Amino acid sequence: MQTDSPFNRLETASAATVTIEIDGQPFTAREGDSVAAALLAAGAIPSRTTPVSASPRAPYCMMGVCFECLVEVDGLANVQGCMVQVSEGMRVRRQNGARALTQGDVHEAV
Amino acid sequence: MSVRNHASRHDTDVAIIGGGLVGMSLAYGLLHQGKTVTVFDEGDQALRASRGNFGLVWVQGKGDTCPDYARLTRLSARLWPGLASELRQDTGIDIELQQNGGLYVCLDQASLQQRADMLARMQQDAGGDYPYEVLTAEQARQKEPALGPTIAGATWSPMDGHLNPLLLFRALHQAFARRGGRLINGQPVEHIRPLPDGFDIRLPGACLSAGKVVLAAGLGNKTLAPPLGLHAPVEPNRGQVLITERLKPFIHYPTGHVRQTGEGTVQLGDSKEDVGLDTGTTAEELGKIAARAIRMYPVLEKVRLIRAWGALRVMTPDGYPIYQQSDRYPGAYVVTCHSGVTLGAAHAGPLVDWLLGKDTEISLEAFSADRFPL
Repeated sequence: MQTDSPFNRLETASAATVTIEIDGQPFTAREGDSVAAALLAAGAIPSRTTPVSASPRAPYCMMGVCFECLVEVDGLANVQGCMVQVSEGMRVRRQNGARALTQGDVHEAV
Repeated sequence: MSVRNHASRHDTDVAIIGGGLVGMSLAYGLLHQGKTVTVFDEGDQALRASRGNFGLVWVQGKGDTCPDYARLTRLSARLWPGLASELRQDTGIDIELQQNGGLYVCLDQASLQQRADMLARMQQDAGGDYPYEVLTAEQARQKEPALGPTIAGATWSPMDGHLNPLLLFRALHQAFARRGGRLINGQPVEHIRPLPDGFDIRLPGACLSAGKVVLAAGLGNKTLAPPLGLHAPVEPNRGQVLITERLKPFIHYPTGHVRQTGEGTVQLGDSKEDVGLDTGTTAEELGKIAARAIRMYPVLEKVRLIRAWGALRVMTPDGYPIYQQSDRYPGAYVVTCHSGVTLGAAHAGPLVDWLLGKDTEISLEAFSADRFPL
């Protein structure tokens, strides 16, 4: 996973690590990281595109307010990355556009 | 404070009390007719129905006991595309108006039959000119495949639609400012004093004179009206609303209970509660709204909710608007209604003609407050 991130870590956090996947690539995150922090540290930005204009977005407020860090976590879309901590083996996917409801449940109207 | 201009003896031709959707629609129409307009908007302590509503431009079933209201509602729905396009020209804001029809989903056979009977009566009252269909569950799912297996059916009307009420609100305010309207907000109107040829509007720090005054203050009209010889027996009726996370478009038509916005969120609503001036939410009512929405659209069961709110509707005893000029103080009017979105285009057009003493294309006599006991 790419690691040339414009964000630098402070050297005060725990040194313990967990391995997660970002878009299928392994990445070493720090224990206690939020998913949003891990995405920034990995340089995985933009981390989504918007449903309305498809413009790029990345984690911004880091405290649950701005909804800019929406990603897919372990198969669940529209998760606020800043409100979830990384865990060993977690699969994170960047999210393009709006969440689709389960295929097969919904069809286009004729 | 003075906003005197050369054309008028007054500071402003028309003072509108209330800067919500009703007041701003009237104000926008008045500016189009070349009047100077000052809107007095109380501030953030006000009970703002305009910021909490459901956003429907809804026709089917409206005015089932009042043909004049059915006509007014339909007229407004027909005028909406014009107003939306004017607002877009004025402000660049697309209010997300869609008028491709709407469904009213019924969960049991009895309520479907009741609605079918009501719409048949309305069609008869309208001399046949009232398009609608009663759909079986299967027919409803052909139109809207996400509807669930346990619904009884739906009624369909091609006259219905919806818009984004917050964008509408912003567009009206922006267009108002751009066309030279004056907004005074942050403080309540203390006193409206009739003059021999107009009115003085007094605020804590100012006094303005106006040729005419229009009370469009929603629930505030109840206390503002009597000193001007007007009557506005309005009561609050709370509606709670839920908003989901943003989703790819899968709902094609608004219903009375569920609609998907232009941004992809799904709005769930339609509780009706008599709880005074309480704008709060309750888990019990939100749970009922969510459960009903899941029966209508089972796929919503997997969807997260991100926000909820309660808002107070403005209700008259019969649910219909009050449009009245004061007999005692001509030039003072009350304009108050439940459906500030649906009626917005009528308010910006025919209602403004009425305020200016011109001929209107509709009869407003049915909306006098004289129909209510004092």
